[in-house]
Amino acid sequence: MNARRIRVLIAKPGLDGHDRGAKVVVRALIDAGFEVIYTGLRQPPAAVAQVALQEDVDVIGLSSMAGSHVSYCKRLKELLVEKGLDDKLWIIGGSIPAPDQEALRELGLDGIFPAGTRLEEIVDFINERCK
Amino acid sequence: MTSQQKKVTGASKRRQDISRPIFNESGIEIKKTYTAEDLEASGGVEMVGLPGEYPFTRGIHKEMYRKRPWTMRQYTGFGNPEDTNERFKFLIENGQTGLNVAFDLPSQIGLDSDDDLAIGEIGRVGMAVDSLKDFEVAFDGIDLEKITVSLTVNGSAAIMIAMYLAMAEKRGYDLSKLRGTAQNDILKEFIGRGTWIFPVEPSIKLVADTIEYCANIAPKYSPVSVCGYHIRESGADPAQEMAYGFVIAKAYTDLVLERGLDVDEFASRLSFNFNIYGNIFEQVAKFRAGRGLWAKIIKEEYGATNPRSMVLRMIAGGGGSGLTKEQPEVNIVRGAYYALISALSGAQTMALCCYDEAYTIPSQSAQQLSLRTMQVLIEEMGLCDTVDPLAGSYYIETLTNQMRERMEEIMQEVDEQGGIVKMVAEGTIQSKVSAQAYQLLQDIESGEFPKVGINCYQVDEKEPEVEYHPYAEDDARRQIERLGVLRDERDSSAVESTLAKLVDDAKEGVNVMPAIMAAVKAYATVGEMTDALVSVYGRYNEPVRF
Repeated sequence: MNARRIRVLIAKPGLDGHDRGAKVVVRALIDAGFEVIYTGLRQPPAAVAQVALQEDVDVIGLSSMAGSHVSYCKRLKELLVEKGLDDKLWIIGGSIPAPDQEALRELGLDGIFPAGTRLEEIVDFINERCK
Repeated sequence: MTSQQKKVTGASKRRQDISRPIFNESGIEIKKTYTAEDLEASGGVEMVGLPGEYPFTRGIHKEMYRKRPWTMRQYTGFGNPEDTNERFKFLIENGQTGLNVAFDLPSQIGLDSDDDLAIGEIGRVGMAVDSLKDFEVAFDGIDLEKITVSLTVNGSAAIMIAMYLAMAEKRGYDLSKLRGTAQNDILKEFIGRGTWIFPVEPSIKLVADTIEYCANIAPKYSPVSVCGYHIRESGADPAQEMAYGFVIAKAYTDLVLERGLDVDEFASRLSFNFNIYGNIFEQVAKFRAGRGLWAKIIKEEYGATNPRSMVLRMIAGGGGSGLTKEQPEVNIVRGAYYALISALSGAQTMALCCYDEAYTIPSQSAQQLSLRTMQVLIEEMGLCDTVDPLAGSYYIETLTNQMRERMEEIMQEVDEQGGIVKMVAEGTIQSKVSAQAYQLLQDIESGEFPKVGINCYQVDEKEPEVEYHPYAEDDARRQIERLGVLRDERDSSAVESTLAKLVDDAKEGVNVMPAIMAAVKAYATVGEMTDALVSVYGRYNEPVRF
C-alpha cells in the first residue's frame, strides 16, 4: 500500500467547454479512492503544469473533446520536462481520433482513453501504473 | 485495448427480464396498456385543444407541415469564412432551408485569432470570426430573406448579433423585417457547453440587452433560443431538460420586464432548442406537454394577451448523446428515428447529428445524408399530411399530462432552491446534472440502461474507416494575416472612440447594444469588444462542486 492516496489531476485543456466526460471521470476516480484535483475549464498548458507541480500529483489527466490536443500536448510536454514532471503518469481521454493517437504516444502520453472507454479501465490503469 | 474485452453479445439485460417494471428516463412508470380511464386519471383532455389554438399542445400553427415543412438547418461551420460560405452554398443547393452557424471556440469566448490562447483552435470546431469583415464573407451571395440564419453562439452573442445586423443593414436589408435567430442562452452555458465569459449577473444583463434592443430595432429577429438541449446533453432527463429551459426563459423574461417592456412586445420572439434522442413516446409527450405548459406560464403568470406570445417555437434536433462510437453506421438509423421524433413532435426547425460526428466534423456526404433523412420523411412518409398525428392515443395523451406535471414539479423545486440564477452561480445545478450523467454511465456500463453496440449486440470491431476533417493550419495563418491587415487599414480613431463609448455604457449600466453596433461598424474586433466589457464586468470564476 502507498503511504498516501494516489493524487490525480484532471484538467480541461484549451478552450473547449464540454465537461460532461471530465466530471464523470472525476466522480469515478473519487469513488475509486483517489484524491482528485479538478481544474475546471480552459486551462492553458502553463496552468496545468503549475497545478501539477503545486499539488504534487502522481497522474496528469486531460479531457479533450474539441480536437486541439496534439498541439496542446506538444506545448505541455515542454513545460512538464522543464518542471521535472515528465516522470508522472500522463493520460488523456475524450474525442481522440485514431490518427492522433500515435502522435500523442510519441509525445509521451502513457494512456489514451477514447470515448467509449469503461471507467473501470481508467481506474485499473492508474492503480496498475502507480503501484 | 478495448477490443480485447469485447465480444459478440445478445439482447440487453432489460429484455432478458421482462417482469420488472419499466420507467421512462423522466421517472414515469410505463403501464402495459393504456385506456380511457388512465387518461381521465391523469387529467383528461382539458389541455389538448386544437392546433394553432391555446394551449397549443397540438402545435403552434393550424396547418403545420401541410402548409410548410419544418426548416432544415444543419449545424455547419469550419475553417475561415470562405470555407464556410462554400459549405453553406452546398447545403442550400441540396434543399436546406436555413443555416445554423458553428463558430470556432476563440470566437465563441471572445478571443481574436491572433490571441495566444487561440493557438491550435482557430477555425477548428467552427468558422473563425474576428470582425464584421468575416460576416460579410461568410454570407456573401446568400439571400437573407429566403434563408434564415441561426447563430450558435452565446458568450459573445451580443457582438455576433450586432455583426449580423450590421452586415444585413450594409447589404440593404430592412432590419425591421429581418428574421433570424441567435442562441444567446448564457445560463445553459454555465451548466453545459461552457462558452461563458463574464460572471453570471452581467452575462444575463447582456441577454436582456439583446432582447430589448431587438424588440426595438429588429422586432422579427429572435435574439434568444433557450436551450434545454445542452442541459440534457450534460446529463438531465427529458422532463428536466424542458423544465430547466423554462425556468431559464422565465429568468430572461423577468429581466426584460423590469426594463418596462410589455410581455407581448418580446415574448413571441423567444425561441427554444430541445433534444430528440431517447424513447420516442417520451419525447413526443415532452414536446406536447411543453407547448401547453409554456403557453399557460406566459398567459397566466405573465398576463400575455397576444396568442403569438404564448407559442413554444422551437428547433428540435441533434441527439449527439444518443449516438455511439461503436458500430457508427447504426447512428444513421438512430438519426432517422430522431428525425421521426422531431416530425411527430411538431418542431419548427430540425437539425440532425451526422453519423460521423462522434469522430469528426461531419463530411459533406454525411451532411447530405442527414438532409435526405428529413426529406424522405417529408416527401415519402406522410409526416406532413396531418397535424399532430399521435393525438388521441391513450398512451400519448396520458404521458403528455404526466410529463407536464413532472415538469411543473421540477420548476417548483428550482424555485424552492432560490431560482435558477442562484443555482447556476453556486454551481448546484451543474453538480446535480453531472451526478446524473455519472449515474447513467454506470447504468450503461452495468447493462441496466440498454444501448445497442455498447451493452448489447456488441461485435468485435476495428476502428472504422472515417473521413477525418483535416485541420488546416494554413487557414488559421490566413485568418491571422487578414486580421493584421484589418488592424492596419481600419480607422483606428473610430475604433478607439467606439470602444471607449462601450466601456462608458457598460459602466453606466445602460443597454450596451447601440455601443456594440457602433464598434462593430468601425471594424472593432471580437476580442477588443470583449476586453472592453471584461474591463467593467470582470470574468466568470467557475464554481467546482462534486
